[in-house]
Amino acid sequence: MDFQWTKKDLLSLYDLSRDEILHILNTAEEFKKVSQRNVKKVPALRGRTVVNLFVEPSTRTRVSFELAEQRLSADIINMNADVSSFRKGETLLDTLKNIQALQADIVVIRHQATGAPNFLARELNMGVVNAGDGAHSHPTQALLDIFTMREKKGRIEGLNVVIVGDILHSRVARSNAWGLIKLGANVTFAGPATLVPREFEQIGVRVCHNLKDALAEADVINLLRIQLERQQRGYFPSLGEYSRFFGIHPETLRYIKKDALIMHPGPINRGVEIDSAVADGPQSVILEQVTNGLAVRMAVLFLVAGALK
Amino acid sequence: MNKKNSWILKNGRIIDPANHIDRTGDLWIRDGRIVEPGSFDPALDETETINLKGLVVAPGLIDMHVHLRQPGNTDAETIRTGTMAAAAGGFTSIVAMPNTSPCADNAATIQYIKEFAAREGVVKVLPSGALSVGRKGEEMSPVGSLKAAGVVALTDDGTCIQSNELMRHVVEYAGNFGIPILEHCEDKFLAGDGVMHEGYWSVLLGMKAIPSAAEEVIVARDIILSRLANWKIHIQHVSSRNSVRMIRSAQADGVRISAEATPHHIALTDVEIKKFDTNYKMNPPLCAEEDRMALIEGLQDGTIAVIATDHAPHTQTAKLVEFDHAPFGIIGLETAVPVALTELYHKNYLSLSQVISKFTVGPATVLGINAGTLSVGAPADVTVIDPDCDYIVDANDFYSKSRNTPFNGYAAKGRTMATFVDGECVFSLLRDSESDDEDAR
Repeated sequence: MDFQWTKKDLLSLYDLSRDEILHILNTAEEFKKVSQRNVKKVPALRGRTVVNLFVEPSTRTRVSFELAEQRLSADIINMNADVSSFRKGETLLDTLKNIQALQADIVVIRHQATGAPNFLARELNMGVVNAGDGAHSHPTQALLDIFTMREKKGRIEGLNVVIVGDILHSRVARSNAWGLIKLGANVTFAGPATLVPREFEQIGVRVCHNLKDALAEADVINLLRIQLERQQRGYFPSLGEYSRFFGIHPETLRYIKKDALIMHPGPINRGVEIDSAVADGPQSVILEQVTNGLAVRMAVLFLVAGALK
Repeated sequence: MNKKNSWILKNGRIIDPANHIDRTGDLWIRDGRIVEPGSFDPALDETETINLKGLVVAPGLIDMHVHLRQPGNTDAETIRTGTMAAAAGGFTSIVAMPNTSPCADNAATIQYIKEFAAREGVVKVLPSGALSVGRKGEEMSPVGSLKAAGVVALTDDGTCIQSNELMRHVVEYAGNFGIPILEHCEDKFLAGDGVMHEGYWSVLLGMKAIPSAAEEVIVARDIILSRLANWKIHIQHVSSRNSVRMIRSAQADGVRISAEATPHHIALTDVEIKKFDTNYKMNPPLCAEEDRMALIEGLQDGTIAVIATDHAPHTQTAKLVEFDHAPFGIIGLETAVPVALTELYHKNYLSLSQVISKFTVGPATVLGINAGTLSVGAPADVTVIDPDCDYIVDANDFYSKSRNTPFNGYAAKGRTMATFVDGECVFSLLRDSESDDEDAR
């Protein structure tokens, strides 16, 4: 495909065109082949410096990005919320302007404040890759989910994708919806009314508060981690009740399509939103998502670096 | 006779809503007061004459919701810069909110503000006092002493007394002393740690949100308590359509409740938040289009009698951070007239006289102050407006010490051309040639 990537930042799938999303997925396919070789490293980002700034703690996303950067031969700086500059009261922007002054090329940022990557992208010349901001956006997670769906199902158009759980607080759900809708999938959000607001219908998502109805025609079931904190804020009575009405159990498999994919962005709560028998069962592609995440992040960093002056 | 505060303003369109006047003519000012035209000999006294053909001559505007930040936060604004911004915006009287540091919950702080304003202020500063000690919502402030010190109103603006019992007593006690209450309506539990309006855009963006119910619950409470105590409560910066509806029906029932709307709630909606620009972050937040239209309807039918800016200066350092971490508030003194004229007059929602009434007789009536008219004998607080001037708002031109405005680059139609306080010209964009005009003789 003759397509020229021009964006110095990856902030949200909301900002991307269908062609841009497909270009990332196609590029990721090439990088997945790299990861299957004996020598898994390429020189694509040699001489480039990538800063991983995880203001909100993360393990899997940080490790995945770091490995992607290493496999692209980039130089890496890792920072987190404990770094002294934040403790000394320096603003986020000042910290990054200092890093930019050291000629770093790309910052990969995870932040609990919605829109923090958008704010930085506007103020900095460096490339900004969003590794998750608040409940807003987590584009590489959605891209790896969509990559996995496309790889397994051969298409996105017309797929029935059901995302189950705490949609209200989920950047994964929003990012999936934006990407999937642009590529022609039918997206359903399912979960209790307190966590799945009806407003989502206005962006073309089906909202369903009954799990059985939601899952009947599903080709892909993407489960979100449910946090104990939500119970404490009064969104539902208990994890046990949540699991009973909105968790996926072996019995659930009887009324869903036999070839429906079970996905989860991790980390999973075994016995809450998903039983072990399902998470480890034949329909689960949870670990393949992790593998694909590496390829998607290599593709994103490669494209963003290419767009930098 | 003092030349500095005596003028003949010729050929302007004089709009004085309090006196139901809208006619072209001359306004005469002598020794800082409005006088009958022809009541002195201008040649004898060498009084300056200005030709205001094509311009509107209005009573000096009143902004009953301004944060001057002094004492305590003078890196964002001072009484000097805030009153200069007010003059540039056409405001001749402004009500200073009490959320200074120290809090204006005591006579000494009020005295400080008054003395400083008398020395450094360019327009009239009317202090307000806190409703509760330290604006903490726990104990009643010294209402009588504050009144004696000269406050025109009581408010905990920026926060809200959560105890219905304390609020009931404060309303009764303030009524006893005849001081109006200005209420920032916000249920803290419903508002939580929200940073924008709860609705389509907050759901889409995944932002922590404030439901309109946070305002509406307190509006409903205040209507009930105003009726119970038979005293005036003025709802500040009303933002939701249900609030407007409740206020309208309470007024029809004779409850002594009034309301103000800000220019930004009239002009903007929550769609702007997708820019993640903290100059759109304020409390109450920008709401949905239906809410914006309900505010305009409330202004049209008189439910909302006042436009007030909630001028809230913050430094660039404070605002240039993550959206969640930025303080609430934007400045408004220098954009209120252009935004109100552009959004309300030029879009045919209100007449020119109606717009001016929201800035003059409206707030004067709520506060019970002698201002906002061009009656003979009144202090010559006068604002000259060009209602049709096209210009682009440039925040770099502001007199305010802060720049936190969402209206930088706004294409406005209408602006303040000159401001007189007690007959003294404190701001003018009028060209010298206009005063030398042949016609002016």
